[in-house]
Amino acid sequence: MLQLNFDPAKCIACKTQDCLVKCQYLRLDKDKAKTEMQKIINGEDSFVLHDCVTCYACEEYCKMGNHPFYLIVERQEGKGILPAPRSIATMWINQCEPRGRFTVGKVKERALSFCFIPIFPLWATGKLFDGIASSYIMGEEFFCNAVFLHYAKMSVIKDRLPKVIENIAKLGIKELICLHDECYGTFNSLAPAYGMKVPFKTTHYFEYLYEKLKELKDEIKPLNVKLAYQRPCSNRLSPKTQHFVDDIFNLIGAHRVKREYVGENALCCAEVIRMGQGYKIADDVQKRNLEDMVKAGAEYCVFNCPMCYLSIGDKVSKRGLKPIHIIDLCKMAIGEKTAPGV
Amino acid sequence: MTDYTKQIHRCFRCGYCKFPSDYSDFNCPSYARFRFDTYSTSGRLWLIYAWLKGEIEWSEHLAEILYSCTTCKNCVEQCPMKFSSDIVDWIVAARSDMMEKEKGRIPPRVTSFLEDVYRLGNPLKERGKRDAWANGIKRYQPGDEYLFYVGCLGSYDEFGRRMARSVARLLSEAGISFGILGNDENCCGNEVYLLGEKELFQVLAERNIQKFKELGVKKVVTLSPHAYNAMKNNYPLVSNAYFEVSHYTQLLCGLLRENKIRPSRNKIKVTYHDPCFLGRYNKIYGEPREVLQSIPGIELLEMERNRENSFCCGGGSGNFVTDLLGGSEESPSRIRVREAYETGADILAVACPSCMTMLQDAVKVENLESKLAVKDISQVVAESL
Amino acid sequence: MIDIYNLLAEIVGEQHVSNHKEERYFYGCDPGLTPPHEPDYVVMPETTEEVQQIVKLANKEKIPIVPKGGGLALTGLVIPQKGGIVIDMKRMGKILEVNEKSRYVVVEGGVTHGMLQNYLKKHHPKLRHSIPDSPAISTVVGNAVIHGQGRLTQQYGFNSDMVSGLEVVLPTGEICRIGSHSISSQHWFSKGAPWPDLSGLFLGWFGTTGIITKLGLRLYPCKKMRDVMVFLTDKIELVPDIILKLTHTEMTEDIVVNEQPLPPRMKGNIYILIIITGDSDEELDFKRKIIWDALWDIFESRDGGFLSVPADMKPPLLEMPSRDVVRFADVRKGGGFEYSGPIIPLEKYPEFITKQKELVSKYNLSYSATSRVIAGGHCMMYAFAFTFNRADPDEMDRIRKALREAAEFTVEQGGMMWKPTIEEQKMIIERMDPNTLKIMKKIKELLDPNGIMNPGNWEA
Ligand SMILES: Cc1cc2nc3c(=O)[nH]c(=O)nc-3n(C[C@H](O)[C@H](O)[C@H](O)COP(=O)(O)OP(=O)(O)OC[C@H]3O[C@@H](n4cnc5c(N)ncnc54)[C@H](O)[C@@H]3O)c2cc1C
Ligand code: SF4
Ligand code: SF4
Ligand code: SF4
Repeated sequence: MLQLNFDPAKCIACKTQDCLVKCQYLRLDKDKAKTEMQKIINGEDSFVLHDCVTCYACEEYCKMGNHPFYLIVERQEGKGILPAPRSIATMWINQCEPRGRFTVGKVKERALSFCFIPIFPLWATGKLFDGIASSYIMGEEFFCNAVFLHYAKMSVIKDRLPKVIENIAKLGIKELICLHDECYGTFNSLAPAYGMKVPFKTTHYFEYLYEKLKELKDEIKPLNVKLAYQRPCSNRLSPKTQHFVDDIFNLIGAHRVKREYVGENALCCAEVIRMGQGYKIADDVQKRNLEDMVKAGAEYCVFNCPMCYLSIGDKVSKRGLKPIHIIDLCKMAIGEKTAPGV
Repeated sequence: MTDYTKQIHRCFRCGYCKFPSDYSDFNCPSYARFRFDTYSTSGRLWLIYAWLKGEIEWSEHLAEILYSCTTCKNCVEQCPMKFSSDIVDWIVAARSDMMEKEKGRIPPRVTSFLEDVYRLGNPLKERGKRDAWANGIKRYQPGDEYLFYVGCLGSYDEFGRRMARSVARLLSEAGISFGILGNDENCCGNEVYLLGEKELFQVLAERNIQKFKELGVKKVVTLSPHAYNAMKNNYPLVSNAYFEVSHYTQLLCGLLRENKIRPSRNKIKVTYHDPCFLGRYNKIYGEPREVLQSIPGIELLEMERNRENSFCCGGGSGNFVTDLLGGSEESPSRIRVREAYETGADILAVACPSCMTMLQDAVKVENLESKLAVKDISQVVAESL
Repeated sequence: MIDIYNLLAEIVGEQHVSNHKEERYFYGCDPGLTPPHEPDYVVMPETTEEVQQIVKLANKEKIPIVPKGGGLALTGLVIPQKGGIVIDMKRMGKILEVNEKSRYVVVEGGVTHGMLQNYLKKHHPKLRHSIPDSPAISTVVGNAVIHGQGRLTQQYGFNSDMVSGLEVVLPTGEICRIGSHSISSQHWFSKGAPWPDLSGLFLGWFGTTGIITKLGLRLYPCKKMRDVMVFLTDKIELVPDIILKLTHTEMTEDIVVNEQPLPPRMKGNIYILIIITGDSDEELDFKRKIIWDALWDIFESRDGGFLSVPADMKPPLLEMPSRDVVRFADVRKGGGFEYSGPIIPLEKYPEFITKQKELVSKYNLSYSATSRVIAGGHCMMYAFAFTFNRADPDEMDRIRKALREAAEFTVEQGGMMWKPTIEEQKMIIERMDPNTLKIMKKIKELLDPNGIMNPGNWEA
């Protein structure tokens, strides 16, 4: 049985209790945070387990290398606490169940992961993906399964993820370029937290795009537009990738607007929160987030995660901003047609 | 293709294929013409299945139903099922099959179409003189950039010839080096293929490809979308000889973009009829429109059914000769010119010599000759120079 | 012997009549499971007068007549059980009048739902009709004749309740006007009320009492926007309560309840599609909140929840008619499905689902169960839908048996079979109050003395 690497001693020694103190949804001071965390560690009930909106952020807030969010998910599951209605979790479990359908392109040592998101093949085209577009994997058998963090189903992850890693490794892939931020987070945070070995290199597609753009430097026409960046929940699992957003924007001559909700303080797209906690919190988060983008003077809202894009793209347009995925943005910069719209 | 006999029963006869995507009218030309469900896609598919099962026997009427399909691919576009892309292939396969199994019992007009192509190299009962239209346009010589393939209608049909000359004129004026095959040209075989005569198609394709090879042709530009389609999609099944093929509207589009042709102001109202073999078969919707819109002052008026939803003129699958859909107010070409007239356009622009003959005839019968001129895109451009 | 073919050709023109094997074959079957039976002739009239002459001829010669629209009822209702003449109504395709103020349209007997939808969108964008999910080729009249249901049925009742007048050619050849236009030819706003509602002599009769050549249909406001909400629950027993709560809001357009094992994401849950409409974002937002609040307690108890539907998933859910519905016919790669769609009391939903699952495992079938709430929730249409491969006679047979059992179950539970097959009609007749049956018989004999109209149907 896979065990979470969580060191209670770190929490006892912890001076900040950042994981819970910084939480954007629960109000805890340092003392309260300490007690509640201890309860969680001890396997006792805590209101945190009930009110957590599963935004993943505490994983990032903890600077001690502990895994507060994964622990919360473990405890929720253990106690039968449901962060979302059963039916929603059931839907995900059934939809993503592996059934031997390997959607695999002409895989080479270097391959793209389209996760389980059918829109990626439409995006991964043109010069940016020259020579690699046909080397891809996609579908249930390669799905990172991190989504179950939202539904207190760590057991499903523990069951499915090792097989996914094995499936990928078996294809002889040496470097996997993850187009879904969440996959990258899974392989670089979730898997190691459970001691799962990932026998191939993983590259965040930000880095891939950045390198490609450098190659195509001559074809870049500076975009000269003002952008807001929508950071997804999954990026809390790989905060180190954040600098690439600025690096890419700089390369393509775009300006990132100054926002309140940025970095650690970013707000997620809130559609998962809607399903779990209801419309009131979700509407509030979205309202604050979008108003912040508008106030900051952004013309575009740039997405990292396609699910955020599909979920709030419409709302973004209604506020007068243009929603765009970062891949499309890069294509725009090199004068390519953007993908069929959503 | 998967064996059609194992698939054809999958049609549910839901009838989506009778319509364009917005249900504005019936869009299967032979259904629009005859109105018995048997003349719609599902009618044909169910009857073919019945024939395969031995529940109905071959008859002239069955043959008529089968050959009045113009292979326009509206059904392919509209059918919501996973197999949709195969429908026309099934119909064509069944024609082939029946031709073998029910020897000689296809509609007489289809038989004579095929015989004429076999004997004369064209379905128009013409002998030789394939270059009579050319008026000094030179033969293709190695080194020329393009081979201009005009096809049977371009060679012999009165309107087709005018089209061919007009395209040739524009190419010359733009300084393109090109030549024709003249008497060495053969029927492209597109219709022959669709009528189910696969062996004859093979022969025709091989002959043309052989000729191209001999002359070292690298690029072919066709007058007819039918020839374009055959060369682009079916010739590769016959031979792996590589040559690039484009339709003349694509070439013109490039020349206009490069300013090698510069039309001047022309205040005209034009509507454009998408030919099936350019549109639904090859997804070329933009270039012909771009060519027209490059004429300053032009007003492009769309018919209700356009692009993917274009209504076939009724000429496909040899019907520009066999005319199995003719003879009625509800003949597709007549429905189409009425629709074109309703847009308020003075000119109905076409990009295909088959559409050209079909629609020319129809404007006459509909007494719209003085109100609606049928012209091909190159003519519209040429008149604006 | 008189030459019926030529007489028909004289009426409609030679191009519009056929006695060829091919037409007889095709018009002798429908996409469902009823065994085929060929007509002797197929005709396609264009006017009421042509219909009248055909009917007169048939009545004189005692030849059976079956009117056919899209032929999509699936339960064999257009299969000419005794041969005779099938009248394909689709050449009567004119939309005659739209009254924007009194909100109705008058259509000819063969106008398709698709064309009416397109016509209104183009010429009267503020009006809409209740579009069923049957393919666009299905006719407005055929749908009303079988008491169909559409996208506005949850709000306004069966599509047949929306009929606002009829013109009928009686089996004996007279042309008869039903409703407000029976005394004033310009007004088609009521099919009967406040007088005796004679439309009941024709609606629900499957063409056995006359041929409808014109039909008035109520139109309704067409709001600028539509959106879909999806509520999921794994507790079947909660469904009636959920519908009650939803209809209490009086804020939904359509409510459709789906249960099916495929695609996998649908397994294990009931999907409740809730359509809302509005003229502004504010209106939609307001309705969304009211609907959330109505189900908040179920949400909080974690027994059900709203799915956040990504933008790319919405169009197929909002499409009218839904093309996804016909795709069900290709699940077995065999071009077939049929459903028995009883109208059932709301509270019986859980029993019907349980029954369907029982049938599925007993007969080893692929299924879906789609239900549409009717008229604010007094009842719902529950579809026992099974898909089959047309090339697999054994599977088709198993479905026939399952549907037969489903019908028996329906009757036991007090449900009413919708668009019943002839076999099901017999089942109904056997159990019907004898006096009710007597009235039906008298009506039939009175209107169709020679029994020429769609014989086999509604026969005692
Ligand atoms: C995929 C699918 C989805 C469906 N979804 C729905 C749905 O959502 N809602 C719904 O209500 N139905 C649905 N149906 C059932 C059915 O297709 C529709 O009700 C359809 O509108 C029936 O119309 P039609 O023209 O096909 O009728 P037909 O099947 O042609 O005729 C039905 C009956 O009416 C009689 N009739 C036809 N025309 C006349 C006339 N002019 N005068 C007198 N009698 C006449 C016929 O003899 C027959 O008895 C669905 C069917 C399919 C295949
Ligand atoms: S999880 Fe990290 S941040 Fe939270 S208390 Fe423990 S060490 Fe501190
Ligand atoms: S071909 Fe496709 S659209 Fe046409 S009737 Fe058959 S299943 Fe329906
Ligand atoms: S190809 Fe065209 S003519 Fe033939 S069945 Fe399809 S829609 Fe009808």
